[in-house]
Amino acid sequence: MTVERLLLSGDDAVALATLHAGVRLGTGYPGTPSTEILETFDQLGGRAQWSPNEKVALEVGLGSAFAGARTIVTMKHVGLNVAADPLFTAAYTDVEGGLLVISADDPGMASSQNEQDNRHYARAAALPMLEPVDSQQAYDFTWLGLELSERWKIPVILRLTTRICHAKTVVRPRPALQTLPEPHFERDVPARVMIPAYAKPAHLRLRQKLAEIAAWNEAEGPFQIHEGDGQLGIIATGIGAMHAREAAPGASHLSFGLTYPLPIARIRAFTDRVERLVVIEEGDPVLVDSLRAAGLPAEGKPEMYRFGELNVERVRRILANDTSPEPVPPKGKPPELCQGCSHRGVFETLRDLNCIVSGDIGCYTLGVLPPFSAMDTCVCMGASIGVGLGMRHVLPEDQARRVVSVIGDSTFVHSGLTGLAEMVYNPPPTGHLVLILDNGTTAMTGQQEHPGTGRLLDHSATNLLNFEETARAMGIQNVHVMDTTSLKDDALRELITDLLAKNETSLIVTRQPCVLAAPKIRLYEKANAEQQATTCAADLVD
Amino acid sequence: MKVKNVVIAGLGGQGVLKASDILADAAFRAGFDVKKSELHGMSQRGGSVSSDVRYGEGILSPMVPPGEADVLVVLEETQVEINRPTLRAGGVLIAPDVLAPEALKNKKSLNVALLGAASTVLDIADEHWIAAMHANLAEKLHTLNEQAFEIGRQAARAT
Repeated sequence: MTVERLLLSGDDAVALATLHAGVRLGTGYPGTPSTEILETFDQLGGRAQWSPNEKVALEVGLGSAFAGARTIVTMKHVGLNVAADPLFTAAYTDVEGGLLVISADDPGMASSQNEQDNRHYARAAALPMLEPVDSQQAYDFTWLGLELSERWKIPVILRLTTRICHAKTVVRPRPALQTLPEPHFERDVPARVMIPAYAKPAHLRLRQKLAEIAAWNEAEGPFQIHEGDGQLGIIATGIGAMHAREAAPGASHLSFGLTYPLPIARIRAFTDRVERLVVIEEGDPVLVDSLRAAGLPAEGKPEMYRFGELNVERVRRILANDTSPEPVPPKGKPPELCQGCSHRGVFETLRDLNCIVSGDIGCYTLGVLPPFSAMDTCVCMGASIGVGLGMRHVLPEDQARRVVSVIGDSTFVHSGLTGLAEMVYNPPPTGHLVLILDNGTTAMTGQQEHPGTGRLLDHSATNLLNFEETARAMGIQNVHVMDTTSLKDDALRELITDLLAKNETSLIVTRQPCVLAAPKIRLYEKANAEQQATTCAADLVD
Repeated sequence: MKVKNVVIAGLGGQGVLKASDILADAAFRAGFDVKKSELHGMSQRGGSVSSDVRYGEGILSPMVPPGEADVLVVLEETQVEINRPTLRAGGVLIAPDVLAPEALKNKKSLNVALLGAASTVLDIADEHWIAAMHANLAEKLHTLNEQAFEIGRQAARAT
């Protein structure tokens, strides 16, 4: 029998393995470079859904795993910060179906606000972590992660990076599972109700699980050794392993897939066979510090290589201990708001009114660049509202009155609702103004649906979360909706000027579909209307 | 064979990623080991985009190291200089000026036309190029792009 051979991105490889391994539910929130996993899983026929944010996605995923279903939860690296609360206590619980938490890191910040290294989460939450080096391992480790999760009843983290998620490499899949146990609830209070009386023994169980997984990793865990001349030994993980093998073809190479808990005895045996031991890892010195703590004479990289992605050239420099300045790559053309983008007029207005703009995460963060130069802060999803309120509280009145919070529609659902609650609860003396730039899609990550669009991940119709009604119900004093498609020149400027002069809480929803998404949105709406008409007709016949 | 390194560059919206998908797929269909890599995200908003395709035997890193590209395909003249450092000494540069100004009926097929030009220095059989174009483009675009591919190829051969 010939084995099927495919050319897949890491994200698509994970999605295919998710399907083959019988995962019943995939949840997540869009975020580059993780977004395609759930989209592909859906296209392959799997059940995938976007949640409002990563915390909710992980909670839904945990419930699914408690009920005995294999489950994946996907997010970008900063998403795991949002999901960290359930993650750290989910670690104490016993899952029944395999639960794979997929974190896609972005070293080099191709499309992120920081380059945090989520390997720290494995140690901090005490959860096993798998790190593939290519799409084949992304496929294999999705299976393995689910299997380990079920064997030890513990969530497992699959850590991907940009160059794993978006690089296409060859994959040979295995046969799909044919039968899987049906989800079924078995009461197990001490394993799932984390009050102190149960959490104390649960923490002990967690450490016992980790000790057993470490022993498994020593004996049976995935690893690759390429023997060299015995002089230079390189230990590398993730994409760094591929760069290292290319940069130093004559060296001995060890890479392993389960990077927490570490197979220290296996590493020690490798170390004994080489004269010089260098650790190649992207990001923080996580692995090298662990090896040194275990008494191994590991060399790390000079501090300058902590920043940005690694590549073959940088690995060569690390091995040569070269700390001379690196050539600065020529500057390309920066991205900009699309021609015809609905955000353009809003930022022109904010610029002209000399507003202090507390911004947020999305395409509209590009409002910071010329010709708009109309953003003053951007930190994390939803921060625009809290940061804007904080400035309003302490600034002198003339400045406080100029502060505006700007947040996108998907970001508002993700983390803006609690900001509005704060605004109602602790209104600054000058009031505050929040703008929701509603372009009807999660544009930045490639036009995904969210609760405010009224459509599901696969674009079929569902309930719609109405921002303006929600804001009114929460107690915002002035709520306005402005369709900026047919905006009169000064209408938005006049409304903002008027609201900034009041000492009240105000919200404007500016509504105009993303220029890139609008044609597709029209098609989805048409299809959903036809679907509904068919359903109604069928109901009448019945 | 040793590794063949190709970099395709341009601006967001020009079809850089589509071109690299077609090239990677063609090399894959020809039986080579293939890796392809690029950055998504902010690059989609009209900024500079580049994509690395490597094929041959036993490809390791998915990224073409600086100064090691055998072929550099650039879809936009302004992007030539910023990408030139990726090309090795003696490597082949393919830029839009390989085509006569009005050679293409539809400017959107520039990406495929320049792949056609690149095909003259890449050892991939025609059947794989055609299969890869068919697999990566909507059916109504097949004829247009096959023609563009051929126009690019003839133009490269003429220079």
